[in-house]
Amino acid sequence: MQLSLRGREVLWASIFLAIPLAFFLYFRILPAFQALYLSLYDWHVDPSQRRFVGLEHYERLWEDPLMRRALSNTLLYSLLGVPLQIALGLVLALLLQRVPVARDFFRAVYFAPYVTPVVAVAWVWSWMLSPHFGLVNELLVFLGIPPQPFLQSPSQALPTVTWVVVWQNLGFQVVLFLAGLQSIPRQYYEAARIDGAEGWRLFRHITWPLLNPVLVFSVVIGTIGYLQLFTQVVNLNFTDQGGPLNSTLTLALYIYQTAFLRFDLGYAAAITVVLFVLILAITLFQLKFLTRRIEV
Amino acid sequence: MRGISVMILMTLSFALAQPITITYWQYEFRSKVEAIDELIRRFQEQNPGIRVVHQTFPYDAFQQKVATSIPAGQGPDVVNLYYGWTPTWVRAGYLVPLPEEWARRVEREFVPMVRAAIVEGQLFGVPTAVRSLALFYNQDLFRRNGIATPPRTWEEFLAVGSRLTLRQGNRFTQIGYGVAPDGQDHHLVREVLVRQFGGQPYSEDGRRVLYNSPAGLQAFSFYTDWVRRHAIGVPGFFPGNNGYRDGFIAGRIGMIIDGSFAIGTIRQGARFNLGVAELPRDPNGPRANFGSFWLHGLTPLATGPKREAALRFLEFITSEEAQRYWLEKVGELPASRRLIQDPALLRDPIYGPFIASLAYATATPFVDETAQRRVMVDAINRVLLQNVDPAQSLRLAAEEEQRILDRFWGR
Repeated sequence: MQLSLRGREVLWASIFLAIPLAFFLYFRILPAFQALYLSLYDWHVDPSQRRFVGLEHYERLWEDPLMRRALSNTLLYSLLGVPLQIALGLVLALLLQRVPVARDFFRAVYFAPYVTPVVAVAWVWSWMLSPHFGLVNELLVFLGIPPQPFLQSPSQALPTVTWVVVWQNLGFQVVLFLAGLQSIPRQYYEAARIDGAEGWRLFRHITWPLLNPVLVFSVVIGTIGYLQLFTQVVNLNFTDQGGPLNSTLTLALYIYQTAFLRFDLGYAAAITVVLFVLILAITLFQLKFLTRRIEV
Repeated sequence: MRGISVMILMTLSFALAQPITITYWQYEFRSKVEAIDELIRRFQEQNPGIRVVHQTFPYDAFQQKVATSIPAGQGPDVVNLYYGWTPTWVRAGYLVPLPEEWARRVEREFVPMVRAAIVEGQLFGVPTAVRSLALFYNQDLFRRNGIATPPRTWEEFLAVGSRLTLRQGNRFTQIGYGVAPDGQDHHLVREVLVRQFGGQPYSEDGRRVLYNSPAGLQAFSFYTDWVRRHAIGVPGFFPGNNGYRDGFIAGRIGMIIDGSFAIGTIRQGARFNLGVAELPRDPNGPRANFGSFWLHGLTPLATGPKREAALRFLEFITSEEAQRYWLEKVGELPASRRLIQDPALLRDPIYGPFIASLAYATATPFVDETAQRRVMVDAINRVLLQNVDPAQSLRLAAEEEQRILDRFWGR
């Protein structure tokens, strides 16, 4: 049988796509279903000794104050972090676009935190934010503001951690927006200027709508990132992870502690399923309500 | 008769020809890794038919590795674990009980706290070394402030503490005591202060929380007052993991309460004359200390001839020879009752106070160390960071911890 050129291309493409797809199915999708299965059992090394408990773990989730705390913290991280990251990223990208000199230098400066290891970032920030020796408090005292406990305060720790994460993600966000800005054809601005539009109106009617794809991508990816927040939280308070007083605990950290420090993998799997459903629901919601069809 | 001996001979030669390989896991800590390597070398010399593979993982990844590898059938035959993890590991099937005679050996040869490795009547492992708590102090700082001897009572402790505390406005530049609820202080409150004030932290069988008593509350408030009333220290003075220890090493903290496992790190870092003393106490009251240990346990992967080999290895690394070597190399206290009676060791200015404390140290009967640790750390932090009334905070903690115990014991 002779395949047409097109047919052969399709065949090859499918073969090449099948390999990563199989990998993805086996290492990503299958474990997700396994988690669902595990969540119905009490964990034991020996599969024959795993006791079927049905939905017991889900009932326990409902009454678990730490679970509630982890859930509300996780949502709060996303609600604070995503808008802040996007707003600052957009402002910086717009400013950077106007910088005529040393543009690459500035871009590198803003991108540097993104490629710095999280552990190093956490270490440096925990010193900068120290109530007794930190640079930030030094500055506050100089300005006549009393020193703040930041990471050591149950009420300030979550916003402080969020800030460190925003600071670290900012570089990536800026790069995304710069790419988005560059893809907007110059002609639109020129045409608008001829019609007498300036400044804010250019932004409002051209830049903002045409950045929508970048914005949607940023919101979705950013939200998923905050919903899975783990490394920064662990490293900013290493000996009381999720503390003080569980004020920085996230779902991912709670899953980790339950599964790998308390060997309660069945219950941890149930939390994983909740996190999975949560991410899926929020992502679908965002895709539906944020995406704008743009007609030019 | 002849047939049997021929069979034994054949099995023996087969066993000799086919060396048995067993795997030992521990977390990465240089002196411990080197010590086990050396012990394996000695063991293999004496047991040519057994080969021991030694694998280590970073501390943060250790439990995760164990959790996932053993179910996959690829993990260790002998594994090193913190005693407080034993019950959760046992429940999840990660450890198998040791033979009867091992439990008798523990009763006979080891310091009493090692009984914490017994879960529901069965022994799940044995340690090479044990640890206790003591007061570390900066002798140079003491001398500069005219303090001649380490505090023996809590009254003296508070007096020394406030003398060594320096403030600048709202901020501290030096503190007398390195307050660390999430360091060793949660143990200090639970096992030391509660007992010293005449209370009991838990019931005899470890199934009931008893620290929410008048004595317990006195102990708890006494501790939180170090920060609230006496201001001899503040939590999080130095940031980072074990900031209290770093601050002490840096010479900015006069005293800390820490475990014998910290001796090495502190000695290596401190640029001042280090002093160690037994924990302060009421001269008429009872003595108390918190003891803990890492034990070597057998996993379900050690079956058949591997189990025999693993038990032999276990016996070797917990022998008195190994314990003596461990003390020299790692600097951890021997777990043998006999070895800690060595007068030279008791006279040692650094090890002495820890050794002396072993006689009256208790290992908290944790069932879920991660969760129970958090309960006490949070109880302290509620008072220190949120100004919650100590009585209320302690009551909440007792209720929360009782729920953890009840869940474990199935009530």
